[in-house]
Amino acid sequence: MSQAHDASLIMQDGHGDGHGEGHAHEHHPFHQHHFTTMEQQFDASKIGMWLFLATEILLFGGLFVGYGIMQSRHLEAFVAGHHHLDWKLGALNTCFLLISSFTMVMAVWAASNNRNGNKRGVLITNLLLTLGFAGGFMVVKYFEYSHKLHDGLLPGKFFSYTGPDAVPNMFVFFSFYFMMTGLHGFHVLGGMGAITYLIIRSIKGDYSSEYFTPVDLIGLYWHLVDLIWIYLFPLLYLIT
Amino acid sequence: MSTHTDTLDHSGEHTHEHGWKGYLYILLILLLLTVITVGAAQVNFGSSTANVVIAMTIATIKASLVALFFMHLKDDKPINGLIFVSTLLFLAVFLGFCLVDADSRWDTRPATYKGPLDQPALPSLNVDAAAAPAKPAAPAVAPKH
Repeated sequence: MSQAHDASLIMQDGHGDGHGEGHAHEHHPFHQHHFTTMEQQFDASKIGMWLFLATEILLFGGLFVGYGIMQSRHLEAFVAGHHHLDWKLGALNTCFLLISSFTMVMAVWAASNNRNGNKRGVLITNLLLTLGFAGGFMVVKYFEYSHKLHDGLLPGKFFSYTGPDAVPNMFVFFSFYFMMTGLHGFHVLGGMGAITYLIIRSIKGDYSSEYFTPVDLIGLYWHLVDLIWIYLFPLLYLIT
Repeated sequence: MSTHTDTLDHSGEHTHEHGWKGYLYILLILLLLTVITVGAAQVNFGSSTANVVIAMTIATIKASLVALFFMHLKDDKPINGLIFVSTLLFLAVFLGFCLVDADSRWDTRPATYKGPLDQPALPSLNVDAAAAPAKPAAPAVAPKH
């Protein structure tokens, strides 16, 4: 409390850009004045991130519930649709995301152990690797989507596949396939943007054991994207 | 396996460095479970439901490993895990009740059903289509690619 009080005094004195001599050693440049300690600031941000992840789970949850209902109703169409997905590409993408989750947690580890810049290289390398695996995921996704587009295996009224194995209502499977993997793909793209931001700030040397909140929070987001794919892969590619 | 929360270096006294190798072991377990999932999908466990249950169980083990170790819930403040678990509970209520509802309906015909009305409840849209094919029969030759 006394620290927050000091901060408000400083603001009143018109020295908002700096800080008093007395606590210069404990005032981190990324410490926001409305938090008593850096730890409180970190914990508050983290709770906020987990609440955001809760809304993300419910967002995807609606699609999973819809999938469950429609799959039980159109089992034949779903099985026929899934034969048009290449499980090898799906498994490759699963490996890409699992490895990128590992490199992300390594980046968090490096950032949280970065003292006087001794882990800065490890941090940047792992963030770059994460970005690379995410990019690999999107490249595989691109090939899968263009194949479906070519065959007319598209959602709803855009479905135009007339092959010998066409089953009535097969479009329902591809509606779910594109909505679920599409929403997930946008999350991967968003994550790639966020990781790029982390790389830029890591190069500037902003993250250390005292302050690595963005690395930690974007890490949590990235693991959730991985976690959703863990369920999407067997549901879409491996059903029988 | 450790977490970063206890390595927060506010005081400057806590300089013990935690290892990262535990994360590598978790990754190897996750990759192994992926192989098991793919392998299990090739085996017929009796019914479609059994296969789905097995695949979802393996997926849940993988998700738990990611949440506990990569997302640090194992050693994190309980409030974060509480948010996560309570979200999953609400999702389970949502999913469970919807599936029970869908399975217990006498008439599963969709609102857009245009077939004869005196037919008994149909188990799926596929049966509708089989009774009154809306599309012309599939061409004998595969379309050009």
